[in-house]
Amino acid sequence: MTRTIHLSLDINGKQHELDVEPRVTLLDALRESLALTGTKKGCDQGQCGACTCHVDGKRVLSCLTLAAQVEGRQITTIEGIAAEGGDLHPVQAAFIENDAFQCGYCTPGQIMSAVACIREGHAGSEEEIREYMSGNLCRCGAYNSIVAAVREAAEMAATGVAAKDKAEVA
Amino acid sequence: MYATSYHRASSVEEAVQLRSAHEEGKYLSGGMTLISTMKQRLAAPSDLVDLRHIPALRGISIEGRRVKIGAATPHADVAASQELRALCPAICDLASHIGDPHVRQMGTIGGSIANNDPAADYPAGLLGLGATIVTDRRSISADDFFVGLFETALEEGEMVTAVLFDAPEKAGYAKFNNPASRFAMTGVFVAKTASGVRVAVTGAGSDGVFRHPGLEQALTSSWSADALANVSVDPSSLLSDLHANAEYRANLVKVMAKRAVAAAG
Repeated sequence: MTRTIHLSLDINGKQHELDVEPRVTLLDALRESLALTGTKKGCDQGQCGACTCHVDGKRVLSCLTLAAQVEGRQITTIEGIAAEGGDLHPVQAAFIENDAFQCGYCTPGQIMSAVACIREGHAGSEEEIREYMSGNLCRCGAYNSIVAAVREAAEMAATGVAAKDKAEVA
Repeated sequence: MYATSYHRASSVEEAVQLRSAHEEGKYLSGGMTLISTMKQRLAAPSDLVDLRHIPALRGISIEGRRVKIGAATPHADVAASQELRALCPAICDLASHIGDPHVRQMGTIGGSIANNDPAADYPAGLLGLGATIVTDRRSISADDFFVGLFETALEEGEMVTAVLFDAPEKAGYAKFNNPASRFAMTGVFVAKTASGVRVAVTGAGSDGVFRHPGLEQALTSSWSADALANVSVDPSSLLSDLHANAEYRANLVKVMAKRAVAAAG
């Protein structure tokens, strides 16, 4: 039962080959086997959201998902959302603009969740953002700034103006 | 987590075959409870048979007022189905308040009811709707399916493949959730169905989800929140834990029932 299995995972548009035990979670595979340490291990039991990744564009808890379950799916991590030229994703820019973190540990998960929240169309009001970001905890309590960042990024997505451009104008 | 083996089934038949080949194996659907339980070493299946890659188990189909939800349909899909919302908004609203958005992408209706957590939402919804649970070998009425705490009528190796129900005339769900876990401290589903009024309570019973005849009779005489004012809820068979004692839950059953009726309209 302790034998390893071979997996071929599509992560951030690249195919990664790895040999892991079947019990290895996507989170551990990312961090321990592939050195993609942007995805954070917080509670490791599905409560905090620090490990949020996208599978086929949907946000999932990588700590409660086995790597084997997502073979053949498209996985996106925090390392894969900036543009190829290095420009930040609008949600990343909005988090910096709004100072939406203190220690920063929950931030990759918050950003991955926020990208999905906006894409799902659940960022229409502060109340809706708080409800649909409820799977991501921030123990520093930066929630007000996180909500502001998500609102701004959602508005930008709707109007096409980037946060850094707005800042330069200001 | 103890070591395990992983198998991906591409059909119901293959899944049942894989499961029967491994005595200590388990079906894996969304894994939102099972993987967490395995991490805590409270479960140690030798083999996991992944059901989420079986196309036949996924999706919602509607014919007239007959609704069929595939067992591996995630909560997010039930919550977002406009076709289902047009017929039975209560079940969409129930699904949209399970756990958090991440859990709803992975967690499935079949996994939820097979686990039958005493504080889960779907058991109340399906018992309230008088649903039928279809497995790889038979059909089971919701009244017979939910047996006790984490216990169902499923036999060893039996697998839920779908749930069926007729859209009710009216239905509503209200829950008082634990603010951290979002599990129901008490949740009540009320429905006016072709075969009568049904009221199902989750999160409160010491033996899992149950129907409440007193509330059903009161709503049969008059479908209104006021009709529930004089119904008494006996706390002796209700749960007491650090979140709420039985007397408090008895009060919550009435309050949630009233809110559910109000939500149903």
